[in-house]
Amino acid sequence: MLKDITIHLIDREGISHTLSAPLDMQLNLMEICKAHELPVEGTCGGMAMCASCQCYIESSHSILERSADEEAMLSEAFYVKDNSRLGCQIQMSNAIDGLIVRLAPSE
Amino acid sequence: MIKTDILIIGAGPTGLFAVFEAGLLKLKCHLIDSLPMPGGQCAEIYPKKPIYDIPSHPEILAGDLVKNLKKQIAPFQPTYTLGESAISLVKADDNNFLVTTNKGTQHLAPVVVIAGGLGTFEPRKPPIEGLENFEGKGVNYIIKDPEVYHNKKVIIAGGGDSALDWTIFLENIAASVTLIHRRNEFRGALDSVEKVQQLKNKGLIQLLTPAEVIALEGDDFLDSVIVNHLGDSKSIECDSFIPLFGLTPKLGPIANWGLEIKKNAILVDNSLDYQTNIPGIYAIGDVNTYPGKLKLILCGFHEATLMCQSAFKRIHPDRKNVLKYTTVSGVAGFDGSLKEASKSFIKAIK
Repeated sequence: MLKDITIHLIDREGISHTLSAPLDMQLNLMEICKAHELPVEGTCGGMAMCASCQCYIESSHSILERSADEEAMLSEAFYVKDNSRLGCQIQMSNAIDGLIVRLAPSE
Repeated sequence: MIKTDILIIGAGPTGLFAVFEAGLLKLKCHLIDSLPMPGGQCAEIYPKKPIYDIPSHPEILAGDLVKNLKKQIAPFQPTYTLGESAISLVKADDNNFLVTTNKGTQHLAPVVVIAGGLGTFEPRKPPIEGLENFEGKGVNYIIKDPEVYHNKKVIIAGGGDSALDWTIFLENIAASVTLIHRRNEFRGALDSVEKVQQLKNKGLIQLLTPAEVIALEGDDFLDSVIVNHLGDSKSIECDSFIPLFGLTPKLGPIANWGLEIKKNAILVDNSLDYQTNIPGIYAIGDVNTYPGKLKLILCGFHEATLMCQSAFKRIHPDRKNVLKYTTVSGVAGFDGSLKEASKSFIKAIK
């Protein structure tokens, strides 16, 4: 079994949560948040068709670039910054072990 | 006043399938949905996305699932109140509930089923200070009557199909149309993107990208918007600002109907019939919650089926009922149609 990675997530109240994330379940960041019962809606289920899982990447990890779908959704999302990503498009991998991420305000 | 046996709030896949199960028990259904067409999220958010976990469909597009469900329930002649949201639910008498929509349409039924998914679809509102003060006074999120924009200076914001389609449509009516989007690329039907490109090339519309409306100006009524375009802010005079950023579901007034709510969902009795804390009101599909709940369409179908058996007992407390199989009994529609297995043909071989 692959070793879990750690994600540091700062919620909308500024509280930091250390989340353990398995690598062998094909989970993305939105799903990890939901699994830990954090306030992430994931309205569209992870299709990059809503922005309810928008977050800001606050560490310098190299993450796969935004896909065309994600880019399009973010162009219509609110509170978007340069480091904005959709959590549902960030797959768990060793490359993001220790990632620091902050939830964007809910719309 | 619309009267029915089962009033279903929400015409997504779960609500639609409930019509079929109710029909087998000779119960008539009426559905209310805030969207202008049945299908819920499958129709509004992801009609072109494939679904892989509908039993016996290795792959089916969400839009096709809705199409098939409509075909499956057609014999039971469901009726609809579309484009309206259920805003109030009260007990009309000992046996009936009265449900009223935002447009005042009244519905009376002994059983109400909430199949509202994640809630009513409402427009996504951009976080611009004072936006709400101008709602109906120059700011609109939905275009109900395009003629209102005759000879008006209109600003549309958004990068999807509705922003493109309304830009094309209003160009013929309005005095001017300016389309504003945060980037140069648009996510919409290719021919709409090309049409907007042509309108821009001919100088018939103004296109501002990458740009964003950051403030609104006006005393009582909207006079102009402040746009950030490539780092510079400028004021554009207008009569109307239409932000078109799609829709998002909100639980809305359902939360105030006295139903037990847990984590933004309606708590139901999953050990029996998906009834809520108010007898006669059921909740099925994504809108409900119970220990072990999974928000899956296939679970919604199961919930709809059990709910209908309970609803039958509530509507006909004195009538006995037994589960019948469609393979045996067929499907007798309210329209007089009958679908059934062909009879075996028995003939001796000499």
